[in-house]
Amino acid sequence: MSEQVGLRGRAWFQAFTGKNSPMVGDPGSVLTADAKLGEDTARFLCVVPNPEARFPCARRGEVGLEESYTLATRIREAIEQDKNGKKRPIIAIVDVKSQAYGRREETAAIFLATATAADAYASARMKGHPVIALVMGNAISGGFLTHGYQANRILAFDDAGVVIHAMHKEAAARITLRTVAELDELGHKIAPMSYDIHDYAKLGLLHKLLHVDDPDNPSRTTVAVVEKELIDAVADARAGSKDLSYRLTSPGAREMRKAGLAARARMEEQWRQA
Amino acid sequence: MSSATVIPAYVQRHSFIELDARARAQSLMVPGSWRELVGPFDRIESPWLPMQGIAPQSDDGCVVLKGTITGQPAVLIALEGKFQAGSMGEVSGAKMTAALDLATQDSQNGKKTAAVLLLETGGVRLQEANLGLAVIAEVMASILALREHAPVITVVAGTVGCFGGMSIAAGLSSYIIMTVEARLGLNGPEVIEQESGIEEFDSSDKALIWAINGGEQRVGMGAADELVLDDAEKIATSVQKYVRAGLPQVHRSEQVELYRERTAALDTSRQIDLLTLRKSWNSKTNQGGAR
Repeated sequence: MSEQVGLRGRAWFQAFTGKNSPMVGDPGSVLTADAKLGEDTARFLCVVPNPEARFPCARRGEVGLEESYTLATRIREAIEQDKNGKKRPIIAIVDVKSQAYGRREETAAIFLATATAADAYASARMKGHPVIALVMGNAISGGFLTHGYQANRILAFDDAGVVIHAMHKEAAARITLRTVAELDELGHKIAPMSYDIHDYAKLGLLHKLLHVDDPDNPSRTTVAVVEKELIDAVADARAGSKDLSYRLTSPGAREMRKAGLAARARMEEQWRQA
Repeated sequence: MSSATVIPAYVQRHSFIELDARARAQSLMVPGSWRELVGPFDRIESPWLPMQGIAPQSDDGCVVLKGTITGQPAVLIALEGKFQAGSMGEVSGAKMTAALDLATQDSQNGKKTAAVLLLETGGVRLQEANLGLAVIAEVMASILALREHAPVITVVAGTVGCFGGMSIAAGLSSYIIMTVEARLGLNGPEVIEQESGIEEFDSSDKALIWAINGGEQRVGMGAADELVLDDAEKIATSVQKYVRAGLPQVHRSEQVELYRERTAALDTSRQIDLLTLRKSWNSKTNQGGAR
């Protein structure tokens, strides 16, 4: 896994918004800013490492209690401000290590904290805000469920530093009693097990894989390219449905999720008869 | 003296957690009202498990019953904790989201259909990794869509408990019912010990685990709604109560400001005292649930 968790996210947040600090009252780990995106003003959100964080297990870019509640607050603020007007795009810049693994977090019900953020993202989507996740680094497990996975459209950089997965490799190997090498080997055969973004792209969950030159150092040219892609994704989201049905109807899903789609079709058929 | 007077109710109760997922689900619906959908005889199995030398199950560990609870249309979705620790795979996740989405459609068409989720699960099925994570995101989206029309009631009875991404799904529910045997949390103790060290969480300390994740604490601190005895009738009564209650005034996962302030008030320089937390959080200001 990259040692650079969050650095890329911060660099791109700054490139998109011209800002590099949290909103007043927010912890250092959540960057939020409104900035021009084509004809729109979009709200950009990014979770970054905060070595000074109050919670010791949430200092390296994990999504913990404060991060979850801050994301939820800032998204709900945008929903409230736009309730009678045009719904601004919400852009989740995703470069998150994971959820926070700590006793304090469990004690204070991090399952509920993460639910508030996922709820806010999904509520924004259901109310007509185009919600776009832009995955440019790690998007692991509960970190991604909390920050990004409720988006209408998911974009990801086509880059070796991008890892979308249920568990980071070393832990998954320990828990499934395999070596890391065995896990890599399995990933080549079984696409959902793979840590390679190209295999993830086969699952039909992504809107688009973006080639970006030197993603650690966003240049004016590459930022313009990615902004164009965000603008297109926003338009596509506005033209589409407000649920996640897109992920089930994509060509990739029809190929890779045949069993799930069969279960769904059978459920629809039997539901009507029951 | 008859045996009925000396044998306490606890001994004579019908244990819920000793039942499998199918029997649990059936025990909560009006007898004769339900039909199982996409059951084992439909044989829609995980295609990914056999590729890894693991026997699949014909219902993929997910039981869906459509019927009525206390006279009202309902769908009951139960995860089988004894199959792959109740983990979510492509098929079990598709069954759950499809059933929730159909309940939403019926509700939108005037037939309000509540959902009851029996969650015994470790979260993502690691053998289906990214599809497991994706279906949990989809389940969450479907819970949130149904929750605008009809209540989603989660029951965590034990003994697997509810962990990983599915604990977030539980957090999105309208109501959570737990037993003292049940545990609810995002990260299992073993995972925390592995990631943050034994000084952070000693996963062999069972008393600590139940003190943090157990039903008594979760209900006591207001993160879940009702603590029930491991008794099929008592759990059914509790489920019926919440089906009748309908939607809460405000869902717990919408109460961002309340929980943000509570979190801000915590002393993070040391581990959080469990009893103090329970007392300070379970105040009347919490509007979630109909307690």
